[in-house]
Amino acid sequence: MTAAILETRALHKNFGALAVAQNINFSLEPGRFEALIGPNGAGKSTFINLLTGLVPPTSGSVILDGQDVTALPIEARVKRGLVRTFQINTLFNNLTVAENVILALDEHHGQGWRPLPSPSRRRRIRDEAYDILGRLGLTPWGNREVRELPYGRQRLVEIAIALALRPKVLLLDEPAAGIPSTETGTVIEVLENLASDLAVLIIEHDMDLVFRFAQRITVLVQGAVLARGTPDEIADNETVKAVYLGEGIHA
Amino acid sequence: MPRPTVRVEPVKRLSVPHPGAAAPSTWRGLAMGRTGSDLAIAILLGLGALATLAFGESYWLLGSQVAITMIFALSVDLLVGFAGIVTLGHAVFFGVGAYSVGIASVRLGWTEPLLGLLLAAAVAALLGAATGVLVLRTRGLGQLMLTMAFASMVYEIANRAKPLTGGADGLQGMVVSPILGLFDFDIFGLTAFLYTLAVLAAVVVFAVLMTRSPYGRSLVGIRENRVRMQAIGTGVQKRLLSVYTLSAALAGIAGALLAQTSQFVGLNVLHFSLSGEILIIVALGGAGRLWGALLGAVVFTLFKDRLSALDPAYWYFWLGLLLAVIVLFAPKGLIGLVDRLLAAGRPKETA
Ligand SMILES: Nc1ncnc2c1ncn2[C@@H]1O[C@H](COP(=O)(O)OP(=O)(O)OP(=O)(O)O)[C@@H](O)[C@H]1O
Ligand SMILES: [Mg+2]
Repeated sequence: MTAAILETRALHKNFGALAVAQNINFSLEPGRFEALIGPNGAGKSTFINLLTGLVPPTSGSVILDGQDVTALPIEARVKRGLVRTFQINTLFNNLTVAENVILALDEHHGQGWRPLPSPSRRRRIRDEAYDILGRLGLTPWGNREVRELPYGRQRLVEIAIALALRPKVLLLDEPAAGIPSTETGTVIEVLENLASDLAVLIIEHDMDLVFRFAQRITVLVQGAVLARGTPDEIADNETVKAVYLGEGIHA
Repeated sequence: MPRPTVRVEPVKRLSVPHPGAAAPSTWRGLAMGRTGSDLAIAILLGLGALATLAFGESYWLLGSQVAITMIFALSVDLLVGFAGIVTLGHAVFFGVGAYSVGIASVRLGWTEPLLGLLLAAAVAALLGAATGVLVLRTRGLGQLMLTMAFASMVYEIANRAKPLTGGADGLQGMVVSPILGLFDFDIFGLTAFLYTLAVLAAVVVFAVLMTRSPYGRSLVGIRENRVRMQAIGTGVQKRLLSVYTLSAALAGIAGALLAQTSQFVGLNVLHFSLSGEILIIVALGGAGRLWGALLGAVVFTLFKDRLSALDPAYWYFWLGLLLAVIVLFAPKGLIGLVDRLLAAGRPKETA
């Protein structure tokens, strides 16, 4: 078994009296594609916030690539390849789509401290940005301000920015939420074509999508891991059925 | 699966309203749409400077003051307009810059002007870095209060440290050597005017390039969406501290120029009202637009000079009126007016 690229050990988080993460021991290996599911308010987004450092844990630790990163700030984890998208679009709405990606590329290439412009480098970064936009079918939108895009397209910009950062671990918080079901195809296509050594954890309410792609599913309920296993195991799990999946699932 | 209609989302944008928020933020705008106004203002200011040089002998002294105020305004615009850091205490860096060269000249006999600028920049930058660490821990109103707090502490220290600063009497007897050993400061203020213009030109070129660089854009990114910047790997705190320090250094240079050209330093260079004025200037010109801040500095300084010559006490009334008019009728500042003028004069664009 390959060593995990991302791990948590006894991760706890309380918001006041509310426990949103309870003793979570999680691990993800390179190249894996896994899903995190659970009812609304289960603590899925909070788990991503804990992993990335946006929210500090009450106790427990986060291990990235064998190193304890619990005390590291968000940006240091990003630099080590831990990249996320947001459940609610967190974009520069007044910048163009390409400029959003270019900002990320600049930081990724360590240009963020560069105090002087460089037209030739700009052109190269622009090309790189459009490569990524091309993969997401966003090329025609590159020169448009984000706020002019329909919400579903904006969701794709979230992914474009994440890809610009060349992640080792990609945490996707409901990437298809808000995309009309007729257009989720683009997201699926992108997810299918991700680099083979990339580890992906996806939070998703669309069970068709989850059961089709995930190699393993973690079910989170009230901050605690209720079950963890292959799609078949989860689909057959009586507790999961009772608590979360209900009748509507045909996996 | 039933989808909820209401959901609690913990990841909120932490943005705090600030004067720069009014300025559109696309660099498509920064780089193209707005260069028209920038260019128009640059030409206008350039011609104004030339005309003053050629014909306005009696305005040379005032001209230096204008140029100094422009540098100071740029330093504040980088913070407020670009990085979204609010300050009501930036006079502290201006004043510390002025006192640095003043004290170096009067107490130590260091009179070389260009080295003086470096010294002022360094001292102001040090103070900027030291206070910035604390100021940048807070946002919005808290940040405003902290900048005022540090400024008022330094003001009182300067007031008490009479042997060093001359206290309320000011620092008298300042000597400044000829620039590059060649150009002596003359009583008409020609050297002073040219000197401040040269420094201004260097600062403007630097600021314009910087705001178009990845670094400058990351500052606007932080202003617009801090959480997103962190998520792409930006060390937000360090980035902000760097621009705070840089801005302090530029303000220090402006202060040093004032000390050198007037050969006197008084406590007013550290006073709260100066911090307020420079913020007004940036808002007047249009925060987040370098050429707006520059235009604001010119208009404000000339306006103040004219009106306070007519009636020193009444000047604040006219200042208030000017501000009210600008805020109500030109919320994007003077440069916003220039934008509109140019747009009106141009045949309709195809989008
Ligand atoms: N910063 C916060 N302060 C207090 N409570 C919070 C905070 N963030 C989240 N919560 C609470 O923690 C619980 C888990 O929220 P979280 O957003 O992680 O759920 P989720 O599983 O992502 O839900 P959804 O499917 O609706 O996105 C919720 O009850 C939420 O109200
Ligand atoms: Mg969520």
